[in-house]
Amino acid sequence: MDTIQLAAQFRAKVVEMSHIAKAAHLASSLSCMDIITVLYHSILQLDPKNPQWTERDRFILSKGHAATALYVALEYKNFITKANLATYGQVGSLLEEHPTPKLPGVEAATGSLGHGLPIGCGIALAGKIKKQTYRTFVLMSDGECNEGSVWEACLFAAANKLENLCAFVDFNKWQATGRSKEILALEPLAEKFRSFGWLVHEIDGHDHSQLLKAIRKPHIGQQKPTMIIAHTVKGKDISFMEDDNNWHYRIPTEEEVAFARTELGIL
Amino acid sequence: MRNMFAKTVTELSDVYPDLVMLAGDIGNKLFDALKEKHPNRFLNCGVAEANMTGVAAGLAASGMRPITYTITPFNTIRCLEQIRLDVCYPNLPVIIVGTGAGLSYAGLGATHHSMEDIALLRTLPNMHVVCPADPIEVRLAVTDALKLGVPTYIRLGKKGEPIVHQTEPHFEIGKGICIREGVDIALLGVGNMLADTVKIAEELQSNGVSAQVISLHTIKPLDQLLLTSIFLEKKLIVVLEEHALIGGASSAILEWGCDNGLDVRKLMRFGGPDQFLLACGSQIEARKLVGLTLENIAQKILGRLR
Repeated sequence: MDTIQLAAQFRAKVVEMSHIAKAAHLASSLSCMDIITVLYHSILQLDPKNPQWTERDRFILSKGHAATALYVALEYKNFITKANLATYGQVGSLLEEHPTPKLPGVEAATGSLGHGLPIGCGIALAGKIKKQTYRTFVLMSDGECNEGSVWEACLFAAANKLENLCAFVDFNKWQATGRSKEILALEPLAEKFRSFGWLVHEIDGHDHSQLLKAIRKPHIGQQKPTMIIAHTVKGKDISFMEDDNNWHYRIPTEEEVAFARTELGIL
Repeated sequence: MRNMFAKTVTELSDVYPDLVMLAGDIGNKLFDALKEKHPNRFLNCGVAEANMTGVAAGLAASGMRPITYTITPFNTIRCLEQIRLDVCYPNLPVIIVGTGAGLSYAGLGATHHSMEDIALLRTLPNMHVVCPADPIEVRLAVTDALKLGVPTYIRLGKKGEPIVHQTEPHFEIGKGICIREGVDIALLGVGNMLADTVKIAEELQSNGVSAQVISLHTIKPLDQLLLTSIFLEKKLIVVLEEHALIGGASSAILEWGCDNGLDVRKLMRFGGPDQFLLACGSQIEARKLVGLTLENIAQKILGRLR
């Protein structure tokens, strides 16, 4: 199965999970799904049998509210079972609406925004000190860039030349209550990161070949951390959710789940 | 205390090859020897405590043994959520060290006072809260915290504190140390109040009161065995801390005593008021402002015993 089909399957699954668990943030999971699909299918070196393998690549979903996007990928990589996945949001399940590090394959507790990048800096720094070759990936939302800790981490990563650190902004142009460029002065985002000393790649965050190319760009010897600004659409690939911020919180009905599956070509 | 802290960390950096020192744009010279020995294991993280704490968590999650260090309120309250979620929730071996306990930096103003840190840190699950009383306890606390490998907050004074321990005591996080035997009452000195606590015991002795003195260096976990025995044996238990009465060591003991059916009416508490302090001058002057003086405390204890 190619990554495009895989992403469609993942999208169908998270729509269903949101419906069953009556859990919000569906559109946020949909917007970053291609980034996560490409990472888990083609990039991350992981060992599900040994989730703490010291040489593994690290992925931190800093926008923890998109937890379902991470869970479907963890199930795909066999960190969790299909039966585990079905417990999402239920009493006694470790698959909470924001990821817990108690769940195999989850590197950090996220859900409060602005935590992933500093933690990612620490993990990347440890790799440098120990001369290990793993890469550290952190996925943030554009709204998350409101948090001062993101910019503290940007200064730190550049100062310490964390070239083994690669962050993404899932730039879907929305945050919980409005347009991200209107709530705070987010733009010009790429220039901000460049001026903070990062290598910046701006791409279509739904184009898998662009994602692969940007992630695989040489980082060793660059002396700079990498920021991939992935332009995305919130609610991507489900026509009635695309760019409609109501789906930050809305829960799909049974009919909407069926319609979404049809649109995704998942029958 | 901070000189001993730096010296200890420098020595232990050879014992723990994964030890990494993170400082928040402070104490640069203190760590010159460490930087010389292990240049890649000292990082000045700048004035960015939230990031520093997250970095420490990431390091610890990757098998390193980070210690973060800056002025107490900035390394605790400023980055409390990072301590809570990045360090305590995954139960990572990060040691958080604040310099400037209580009113150590009185003259610098309320921005630099630290009268709420014990209260805030001790509410966090998995966190250990340690308040060493003198440079010897600092060395032992850092050594034991590295052995334990759990989230630990170490609350330092500043520099030049008197040495209380004449010989090196047995030190274990979670176990109080008896400094002086006494039969009538127990005085529990917390951190930088211990030196004065010993003097108060002497003053009480000259008034016919035999006071046991304990260094209550660990506020979380409390030494339950020790506390149970003194609650049963002594007629008065006095806690002295350079911290707000709300939520501090005495508050922790009250909660524990109440939950365990002990007679908490025996408890007498000395600490800071529920207010920001202004125009304190030196630490000594600041202690006068809040009543944390030898004379005041001794008088009040004697009054209570009458």
